[in-house]
Amino acid sequence: MTSLTEFSITEAAAGLRKGDFSAAELTQAHIAAAEAGRPLGAYITETFDLASEQAKAADTRLAQGDAPGMCGIPIAMKDLFCTDGVQTTAASNILKGFTPPYEATVAANLKAAGAVMLGKANLDEFAMGSSNETSAYGRAVNPWRSGETDLVPGGSSGGSAAAVAGRLAIAATGTDTGGSIRQPAAFTGTVGMKPTYGRCSRWGIIAFASSLDQAGPITRSVADAAIMLEAMAGFDPKDSTSVDQPVPAWGASLTQDVKGLKVGIPNEYRVDGMPAEIEALWEAGQAWLKDAGAEIVDVSLPHTKFALPTYYIVAPAEASSNLARYDGVRYGIREKPDGASLSDMYEATRAAGFGDEVKRRIMIGTYVLSAGYYDAYYLKAQKVRTLIAQDFSKAYESCDVILTPTAPSAAFALGSKTDDPISMYLNDVFTVPASLSGLPGISVPAGLDKDGLPLGLQLLGKAFDEQTVLNAGAALEAAAGFNAKPNAWWAA
Amino acid sequence: MSIDAATVKRIAHLARIKLEDNEVPALEAELNMILDWVEQLGTVDTDGVEPLTSVEEMALRQREDEVTDGNYAGRVLANAPDAQFGFFAVPKVVE
Repeated sequence: MTSLTEFSITEAAAGLRKGDFSAAELTQAHIAAAEAGRPLGAYITETFDLASEQAKAADTRLAQGDAPGMCGIPIAMKDLFCTDGVQTTAASNILKGFTPPYEATVAANLKAAGAVMLGKANLDEFAMGSSNETSAYGRAVNPWRSGETDLVPGGSSGGSAAAVAGRLAIAATGTDTGGSIRQPAAFTGTVGMKPTYGRCSRWGIIAFASSLDQAGPITRSVADAAIMLEAMAGFDPKDSTSVDQPVPAWGASLTQDVKGLKVGIPNEYRVDGMPAEIEALWEAGQAWLKDAGAEIVDVSLPHTKFALPTYYIVAPAEASSNLARYDGVRYGIREKPDGASLSDMYEATRAAGFGDEVKRRIMIGTYVLSAGYYDAYYLKAQKVRTLIAQDFSKAYESCDVILTPTAPSAAFALGSKTDDPISMYLNDVFTVPASLSGLPGISVPAGLDKDGLPLGLQLLGKAFDEQTVLNAGAALEAAAGFNAKPNAWWAA
Repeated sequence: MSIDAATVKRIAHLARIKLEDNEVPALEAELNMILDWVEQLGTVDTDGVEPLTSVEEMALRQREDEVTDGNYAGRVLANAPDAQFGFFAVPKVVE
């Protein structure tokens, strides 16, 4: 029998129903894998006792019949989702010890579906980063290696991606503000899906940039992404931006049939310095979809190159406002030097609690929102954001889905970009435009580079057309036949 | 537009983040690098373009103005670094 940690959600769900194994056995196998996988730094907090209890309850429910697809599936929960009674840190020192008395809606949806939570997954501090190196609880490491060199798993959902790629969880939740699900998925050979803004409730997700943040799944197959997203999504009156629309049966409707589908190729995504291998993989992706009956069309997204600078005004501005709440009064740590005033206490708490990247972004955000600079920076960026969103609207007049690379490189070495914020930001060059426009996107593993590292292709869709994105993703997945996996060096 | 050390200190104060003097030069350089980079937005013609404040084409939902929640002060205070007599405690702010 296949090792229990190799199963996808669909395979595990079938096995659970046939009685090949129990949810308790499936969970125990993943707990053992997570223990052996500690060198990957994928989890900030392990919740193995809770997982064992949830697995037992899942077995009872499965025995009663008609349990949902996620029932008994062991998952990792990004530590940005508040979880009732389980420490939630956002990978920041400022929230050390914070134990929410409530559950984020997405986490509650998964719990209600019977999913088993193995632990809280590592991430960049407050989801600000593309390498998981800004976590205050230690970096997560990519299960894929280049020789003996440790690589980043991408970010910000780096722990989630590392857990799924390393078989320490069958699937994981992520959040994507500018690429934080799709880029780590590409770096770890996993599937990462960001739905349309508004599909998943943001309630109980620690806010980074509220107009951009969206939750989504990281899985090992496109079918799994469809099933898990279905369990996560749904209208929530507690989030004013949650969309009051029924959740489609993405899993049941999934098909690899892309005959007649128009696939747009944006010329502006050919950026300087992109490795030839990624260019070649992109060409291959076009050929695969064409062979499957899709029509390839050229489209133009002329404001693409302005997406990153726009993002690095809008996101820090929203972050500076959202993170104002960490003041040492209601939750988290407090630094109160002797004789400190209230203001001194705020400043000391925030100086001690936030890491360098978070401070940088709060300060940029504070500056672009400050009197005299608001129009020049923030308002200007919001206007360019309109043009970026309009680019997509125009492109979708002539195509149904857009195919691009997910990231401009494969996973890079730990520490290689930490001294240069902008070179780190450039990781998100292909993922940020769709984030700014609120559109759904998926990254599908499509091949290996010359060093044996996974590369991903990204499909972007129209708002609320996750089904087409998933279908095209399934066609790409079938054609690419990606079945490589990292050798478990950490368990040796 | 570039910012100087005094501006860095002013922003830090607005953001309520204590900066030691020796931290200022590095931040000044980093913030200027980022601001120089975003400066390229100035080349985009945005005359007559409305700012995008939400990607959703929907009006903000409203609900009845009624109490739907509450009566759990203990849970609200459970994570406070300092809670006294059912309140968040802070350094004295009124002389």
